[in-house]
Amino acid sequence: MSGAKGKSTPPVVKDSVRRGWRPLGASGDTALVPQARMSGPMPWLIAIMVAITVVAAAGALALGNMAASTSASIEGGVTVQVLEPDESERSRQVELLLPALQGLAGVVSVRRVPQEELDALVEPWLGEEAVEGGNVPIPAMVDIRLRGEPSSAAIDRIEQVIAPLAPDARVDAQASWLGPVFDAVESLRWMALALIVMLAAATSAAVLLAARTAINAHRDTIEVVHMLGGTDGQIARVFQRSIALDAAGGGAIGLAVALLTILALGLRFAGLGDGLAGQATLEWNDWLALAAVPIVGVFLAMATARFSVMRALGKML
Amino acid sequence: MTTASEDEIVRFDNVGLRYGTGKEVLSDVSFSLYPGRFYFLTGASGAGKTSLLKLLYLAQRPSRGAISMFGQDAITLPRDRLPGYRRRIGTVFQNFRLLQHLSAFDNVALPLRVAGVAEKDLRKPVGDMLEWVGLADRVDARPATLSGGEQQRVAIARAVIGRPDMLVADEPTGNVDPDMAVKLMRLFEALGRLGTAVVVATHDLHLLRKVPDSLIMRLDKGKLSDPTGALRYPPRKGLSA
Repeated sequence: MSGAKGKSTPPVVKDSVRRGWRPLGASGDTALVPQARMSGPMPWLIAIMVAITVVAAAGALALGNMAASTSASIEGGVTVQVLEPDESERSRQVELLLPALQGLAGVVSVRRVPQEELDALVEPWLGEEAVEGGNVPIPAMVDIRLRGEPSSAAIDRIEQVIAPLAPDARVDAQASWLGPVFDAVESLRWMALALIVMLAAATSAAVLLAARTAINAHRDTIEVVHMLGGTDGQIARVFQRSIALDAAGGGAIGLAVALLTILALGLRFAGLGDGLAGQATLEWNDWLALAAVPIVGVFLAMATARFSVMRALGKML
Repeated sequence: MTTASEDEIVRFDNVGLRYGTGKEVLSDVSFSLYPGRFYFLTGASGAGKTSLLKLLYLAQRPSRGAISMFGQDAITLPRDRLPGYRRRIGTVFQNFRLLQHLSAFDNVALPLRVAGVAEKDLRKPVGDMLEWVGLADRVDARPATLSGGEQQRVAIARAVIGRPDMLVADEPTGNVDPDMAVKLMRLFEALGRLGTAVVVATHDLHLLRKVPDSLIMRLDKGKLSDPTGALRYPPRKGLSA
């Protein structure tokens, strides 16, 4: 104690700064526990979880958009097919149907589907020759828009109106033949949601396990910090900060991988044309939601780490 | 239960301690600690010295009896209030328990950091304290590179830097030469003059003579002998053995 020569009072801190009744600062917390990283593979585990979650969420959002878009385009739609084989009679029946349908209650619009549209619809299946030559009789179609979803009563009313005018005509609510498709899409969306929930649970479990391992590895240090007056919150902050860094790094990698996957899948789906699959697109707000996945992941991991660390510390004196 | 008098900072009444279902390692321990007094805790190995120190630095709760610390019932003290009380206690552990990932400076600064002291406010006192214990040239050294005696001095500096109301030291001179042991006693005495109650567990009976006004707490098989009652009502300074 060479430096103590000539001094009778040890250089202890002043009353104003001792005992720590001031609010606890976080500035010195990082040094409390040595490199309290959860464990080596944690960022990679989080990267994988985030990547799968983002792809699953993108699928769910795209399917949702597809269903919404298709649903909007066929909302209140009823199609009348005039099946009369004779072309002139068919046209005559359609001309009679149009004003009769327009006068029905609940009908917003009635439109004869132009022949060009019908030809374009069947041409891929029947070929150009069959369509242009008129060798194959193509039913005439009348597109009706009703106010709201078409009820069976509304369909019955339409059938009663057209029966005397076009005996061979058939009436279909557009939603009815797309119903099974919507049901399948809805099932897929629920599956995606379940997958996301399971991934979140798996991530939390992994963080929980890693936090426990880290606490056990640093138990002696934690005890000393406790004995020096360190609070559970201060110690938990060290672990939280560590898992936040792991989760942020892993989340960024996972998001990048997922975005590349989504873009690649998007290019594949774009090749399917303008049909139902072509409407499975992502809007800008969907991209924002996907970008938020790693951020939510960071908070989830931090909350789990804090919960598990505080719980473990609570068992110590 | 007897109530604590105004000036005693610690009061034990018939305190017993057992670990699990084993037999009591401390039985009917009763004493008081007063500010500025120096206490030596002696006894053979296994007498319960370390257990008693653990109760003092709040690392253990007793199995029975009553403990009052700084005017509060320490038995029922909620867990979230323990840190505030521990910051008033400086502890020198028997095996130092320095944090191996921190330098000597950071180890000594630790009690201040956990108490939320700003970096600018702790640099000077920590530097001065390291100089005081003769380690001014070892501030950046990690514990693994320090000798046993140097580690012990860092541990002592860490215990006293926050000017605790009570200092609890378990064999603080075990790893240092006799001259350094006396110097450390002088440090503890100086702290006592600032009002700190100092409790030093030691086997070294020669050390007892170095602090004339000290009181002896002698443990034998978990029982504290206090035939004169001095540990409850200490004589005025200058009159004690």
